[in-house]
Amino acid sequence: MIINTRFFNRSELLGFIALAVLLFVILPLSLDIFRLNLVAKYLTYAFVAIGLVLCWGYGGILSLGQGVFFGLGGYCMAMYLKLEASSVANTKIQSTPGIPDFMDWNQLTQLPFFWKPFHSLPLTLLAIFLVPTIFAFIIGAAMFKRRVGGVYFAIITQAIAAIMTILIIGQQGYTGGINGITDLRTLHGWDIRTDQAKFILYFVEVVLLFACIVAAQFIRLTKLGRILVAMREQEDRVRFSGYSVANFKIFAFCAAAVFAAIGGALFTLEVGFMSPSFVGIVPSIEMVIYTAVGGRMSIFGAVWGSLLVNFAKTSLSESFPQLWLFGLGGLFIAVVLAFPNGLSGIWADHVQPRIDRLLASRKSKTGNGWSSNSVADGAPAE
Amino acid sequence: MIIGHQPKEFLLAVEALTVSFDGFKAVNDLSFYVEENEIRVIIGPNGAGKTTVLDLICGKTKATSGSIQFRGKDLTRLKENEIVQAGVGRKFQTPSVFEDLTVFENLEISFPRGRSVFGSLTFQRDKTVKERVEEVAEMIFLKDRLDTYADQLSHGQKQWLEIGMLLIQDPDLLMLDEPVAGMSVSERAKTAELLNRIIKDRSVLVIEHDMKFVEDIAHKVTVLHQGQILSEGTMEKVKNDPKVIEVYLGH
Repeated sequence: MIINTRFFNRSELLGFIALAVLLFVILPLSLDIFRLNLVAKYLTYAFVAIGLVLCWGYGGILSLGQGVFFGLGGYCMAMYLKLEASSVANTKIQSTPGIPDFMDWNQLTQLPFFWKPFHSLPLTLLAIFLVPTIFAFIIGAAMFKRRVGGVYFAIITQAIAAIMTILIIGQQGYTGGINGITDLRTLHGWDIRTDQAKFILYFVEVVLLFACIVAAQFIRLTKLGRILVAMREQEDRVRFSGYSVANFKIFAFCAAAVFAAIGGALFTLEVGFMSPSFVGIVPSIEMVIYTAVGGRMSIFGAVWGSLLVNFAKTSLSESFPQLWLFGLGGLFIAVVLAFPNGLSGIWADHVQPRIDRLLASRKSKTGNGWSSNSVADGAPAE
Repeated sequence: MIIGHQPKEFLLAVEALTVSFDGFKAVNDLSFYVEENEIRVIIGPNGAGKTTVLDLICGKTKATSGSIQFRGKDLTRLKENEIVQAGVGRKFQTPSVFEDLTVFENLEISFPRGRSVFGSLTFQRDKTVKERVEEVAEMIFLKDRLDTYADQLSHGQKQWLEIGMLLIQDPDLLMLDEPVAGMSVSERAKTAELLNRIIKDRSVLVIEHDMKFVEDIAHKVTVLHQGQILSEGTMEKVKNDPKVIEVYLGH
């Protein structure tokens, strides 16, 4: 019986190493700080995409509202940074010094109660995890306990993304409105706008990204990961095997929300502001496209998908701004029609077998001719 | 009503069970009792409500009225997974196995441990699990296919796998919906042998059309017609019931 008990199989280990070399060595050495910061921005979406791999790829729960959780994480971080930037000394020209500038413009004279915890960094970090989890739990419990699933769930999450944007824009005095929360300066006294800070933040982000990859891989390899796959196929059979399907779906949705929120919080740090344009329907769908392009069953694919699509977006919209949306749409159609398993599927079907054959023929040259018929361990598992 | 008059404790007591879909009563005021270790076969023409009865017991369909008592618990109030945890296992008519998982993983998921979210996160594939999976796999003729993905199995093998998944759950009441339908002659014989082995030490409720098979295994037969019981008793008695011959067996 060949049951794989290793944490990463051979091809996953190669993927892990390749990604680590690229993100830790090649990109920081070859890119200037402006481009490296762009990569950092792209990578914040990789967190969302990893969450979508678990929730959509494995659990079959398509969420078109991940921007909401990305935004919640991002806004939590932005609120802390904004409060730090709005010290009495910095805001003494306002009619009410000590509150964020947009509140002053909207005739608020007092900090709203829900802003108060964000004076504290530990509470902020806690909120980045808890706020999206609780929100996802409420949505998940309300939907999945009532057996709302599939396309209905997708539409509802999309509606929530739309509602969230409208809410943020409408409540200008509390949220900064359409401009978002801008002019962020320091994190616990450390200036995040300098090149050096951006460089350090990039590495912090990559370390966190690998932590998330490991966490996602851990979930995937537990029985819970297999139940998610089982649920996607035969929901009733899982139910009649004694599992509460709703609870497992809620878990997957909450996990995806947490991953998205970490990405959102890092986005705020890397880019220096947060606005409703990263919350709504369009960014949420783009996040699904990153996952689909990378391959919705592959954790590493999610990272590559986020990097490549965003890289294409930047370079295409630099030269042909109007064409990008068509490009994105075409990409999505191409993935759905031709490569349902995305880049990781192409890799597993076309590249991996060649590498295996190459390795096998090299081995057999030292041995006795054409004897080995190597099968990649774990390659068909995806 | 008078407790002292009940002759013995039934494992399953279905009483005055009714379900109506938009006014159509698929099951109408149905009552029957299943004893411990009894093998009960439900037969009847198409549309008699046989599958609906199983759906009602396992919680897939909610009853309009009536009660289903199982070991003192009212199943009509429980959710599907709670009914499974109470000890009721259900096999569906079409094989429903997890095609993207291996035979081993299919059986492992059905192993009754770590059924909560956090229980399944911390679930360990230990010796007990492996031994039990291998033991069941041997019974269902799939011992050498443990690493095969279930979508590679034949129709009959999928049926066996699903039976194995129920077996590993070790239910007190096993419900099988047409277990030999769509099988080849040799598969059918093997399945009969398998079923004869697994129905020991538990109560079984079977829906089946194959009369030869029914005669082989049934302790008692219930004939359903239009959501109601037409006849009930031993196969011998049911076979000679003029009402049964008219609506079902006569054709």
